[in-house]
Amino acid sequence: MMEAIMRLIVVVGVLAVPLTLSGLLIVVERRLLALWQDRYGPNRVGPFGLFQLPADMIKIFLKEDWIPPFADKAVFIIAPAIIMMSVLMSFAMLPLAPGIMVVDLNVGLLFVMAMSSMGVYSVALAGWASNNKYSLLGGLRASAQMLSYEVFMGLSLMGVVLMAGSFNLREIVEAQRHTWFCIPQILGLFVFSIAGIAETHRVPFDMPEAESELVAGFHSEYSGMKFGMFFVGEYISVALVSALIVTLYFGGWQGPWLPPVVWFALKTSVFIVGFVLMRAALPRLRWDQLMAFGWKVLLPLALLNLILTGAFVLATR
Amino acid sequence: MFSLFRSMWMVFLHSFRRRITVEYPTVMPRIAPRWRGRIILSRDPDGKERCVACYLCSVACPVGCIALQATEDETGRRYPEFFRINFSRCIFCGMCEEACPTYAIQLTPDFEMCECNRQNLVYEKEHLLISGTGKYPDYSFYNVAGLAIGGKAKGEAENEAPPVDVRGLNL
Repeated sequence: MMEAIMRLIVVVGVLAVPLTLSGLLIVVERRLLALWQDRYGPNRVGPFGLFQLPADMIKIFLKEDWIPPFADKAVFIIAPAIIMMSVLMSFAMLPLAPGIMVVDLNVGLLFVMAMSSMGVYSVALAGWASNNKYSLLGGLRASAQMLSYEVFMGLSLMGVVLMAGSFNLREIVEAQRHTWFCIPQILGLFVFSIAGIAETHRVPFDMPEAESELVAGFHSEYSGMKFGMFFVGEYISVALVSALIVTLYFGGWQGPWLPPVVWFALKTSVFIVGFVLMRAALPRLRWDQLMAFGWKVLLPLALLNLILTGAFVLATR
Repeated sequence: MFSLFRSMWMVFLHSFRRRITVEYPTVMPRIAPRWRGRIILSRDPDGKERCVACYLCSVACPVGCIALQATEDETGRRYPEFFRINFSRCIFCGMCEEACPTYAIQLTPDFEMCECNRQNLVYEKEHLLISGTGKYPDYSFYNVAGLAIGGKAKGEAENEAPPVDVRGLNL
């Protein structure tokens, strides 16, 4: 009975924490961007502007949720749900601390990869269903982007899998007891981080949205809470990719003195802040540049990493 | 690649810079004394209206927001019967101040003049007239002008000699 309640708490927690965190992340990002542009950002509502989040939520819930008459209604409604669903499903795989994870799946990493690839459908379908040329261009770009990063994203992770000898995320974290994989897998980390940024559609790879070229890209036609789902989905996937980088390359929950959950949260927030810093500093690439970069540089790098790791594992085992 | 990390680092260094935002409603920004804000009508050092109702400000105004009507008191001193500035039209260009020959109309550093009702932005003379002299504390137009008005005959102004009787023979 106790165990069932514990599991229930973990499940609800894993569902609720990313959702609230990503809402908070919107405020944090605005504050951080402001800091790096020598401004203050939202600091009026509550202490440090923290109540900006409930204020924004109330606003977006009260907004009119409008479906354009020319849109493909069913697909238009399903699209924002897909991104939330797929990203939240991935969170179920993440080991937050020893014993605190929703599902201890043996193919956990594969499942996360599959779910994150599902997220692209959301963007592509939203662009298609909106029946608007800018949205369609956004969706097209998202598909082109997906074609370029998904391949080397998977390949870059194979090094970690080889080193840990498992697809299970908990075992991958436990395999990093002595050395974090960021040292032997530095190439893989590099490739995976770039793929992760592309995965979240964030600056410098935010071509599907590209608000200065495509109005708002794939979600031009969305309003109200459907837009909110895309918005929050993007922030949750930022948190997801940061958490994945921590889990796979920076020893997950492991660290001295502090409790494991705190370590996990600390490491993850460092990478989230890194994402925001990137948005503050870097310009947007063209999508053909990303494709060329992906196929001509990062794919060979990921393959090289895989070969080197394989040779290393073979030689030492 | 290196330049990307360099620019990220340089942006990060901005965390330690001073923020340039002035949190206006709680902190007043520094406003220059020559700021072109709310328009006022000033008075002489001896407390009389400086405006001589010459209409030059009204003519100079590019948006035509100044309306006035000239009149004279019994001593021959001109003054505006009414003086009206529609601040919902005013663009605070300062042309009226430049045009004014008597330093009567002046722009001040005050800019906080929002109204909920547009009609309240139309300022009449009683709203425009201040009790002081504004930017030119010692200037009084009639003291440097040759015109005779009540209390000051011809030749009594500053740097002015008494009038010469050109028809007199004993020059």
